[in-house]
Amino acid sequence: MGVQLSPRKLLTIICEASLEEAIAADLLQSGGHGYTITDARGSGTHGRRDAIWPASANIRIEILCAEEAALDILARLQESYYANFGMVSFLSDVLVLRPEKF
Amino acid sequence: MPFEPVILFFILGLLAGIIRSDLKIPGVLYESISIFLLLAIGLKGGIELAKVPVASLAGPALIVVLVAAIIPFLAFAVLHNVGRLARADAASIAAHYGSVSVVTFAVAASYLLRLDESYEGYMVVFLVLLEFPALVLGVILARRAGGDTRWGHLLHEVFSGKSIVLLVGGLLIGWIAGADGIKPLDLLFMDLFKGMLAFFLLEMGLVVASRLADLRRAGFFLIGFAVLMPVFAGGLGVVTANVIGLSVGGAAMLATLYASASYIAAPAAMRIAIPEANPALSIGAALGITFPFNLVIGIPLYYWMAVSFEGAF
Repeated sequence: MGVQLSPRKLLTIICEASLEEAIAADLLQSGGHGYTITDARGSGTHGRRDAIWPASANIRIEILCAEEAALDILARLQESYYANFGMVSFLSDVLVLRPEKF
Repeated sequence: MPFEPVILFFILGLLAGIIRSDLKIPGVLYESISIFLLLAIGLKGGIELAKVPVASLAGPALIVVLVAAIIPFLAFAVLHNVGRLARADAASIAAHYGSVSVVTFAVAASYLLRLDESYEGYMVVFLVLLEFPALVLGVILARRAGGDTRWGHLLHEVFSGKSIVLLVGGLLIGWIAGADGIKPLDLLFMDLFKGMLAFFLLEMGLVVASRLADLRRAGFFLIGFAVLMPVFAGGLGVVTANVIGLSVGGAAMLATLYASASYIAAPAAMRIAIPEANPALSIGAALGITFPFNLVIGIPLYYWMAVSFEGAF
């Protein structure tokens, strides 16, 4: 029995933890059907984000969706947050089971 | 010892951070201890509140909140007009200084306890009332030149934030249950309080050490502000306490409230409400300078002011 895989996009956003609620709302409005959030730590142009307390905590948000929704989300992020917040996002091609979920 | 011994834990954390020790307080412990401290402070205040007629506090509370509004306005004027900071940065820092620090309040309470100096237990009500008005004023100051604010989001963030929920919740539980009702919980909430505070201060020492780099960005003006602003605000607190007839201990506590700068509620609210403000400046000043200054020098100084000026107004 073969496994049926379909192409979708995986959008990954790494940003300040304070944005969690705002971005989660944006994602659903832009056509994302769900997301996964994990706590993250790291270092970059905004210095070391060591999650030692809430103000220096990062999160990593992952969304599986169609390309159109992913581009819509990226446009929103660029407009609303890129100027003032520490944020990195990238899009990759993935294969998923049950494509109707995404 | 001229200061409260529990702050030695803060200094330990600071040193551990400076020598880059691998010491780390896990995030869940930080969260747990802050929940404990907020709830315990609320409960203590609630028990004391049950001993006085609540209606008699309305007048003094109104005066305390109105006078406190001077602090963010003055801070903004100094930072924006004298210090030439951008409007958003000045407003965000003003909000931090107008709001209050719960841990500084707790250290001041331990300091007075050690000196056997009693204070009005319902000060916690003032702590709650002083936490949020400055956050709203800060946003208004930032937006006078235009720009949109998600007010609904900000107000939700402030009033549903864990510090307000736990402080007010603890106050109400303590008030309803009274000292006898809370007695079975004393072992946890009262006896362990100082140990938990020690842990929290250890963590804050580590956090401050990790923000020391921000201070270089802050510059001398902001560093001077972070020392002089709390001294002025502390003086304002002593005067106000005398006007509303608080005890010497109460005056020292109100001075500490006025002098303290928020570094938990304010950074979270300002990050969302004034995103263009640089958090390194406000947190660097409030947490990097004012918090340790208040712990080591401020609290004994405000107590001294309260003793010296008792009944002078």
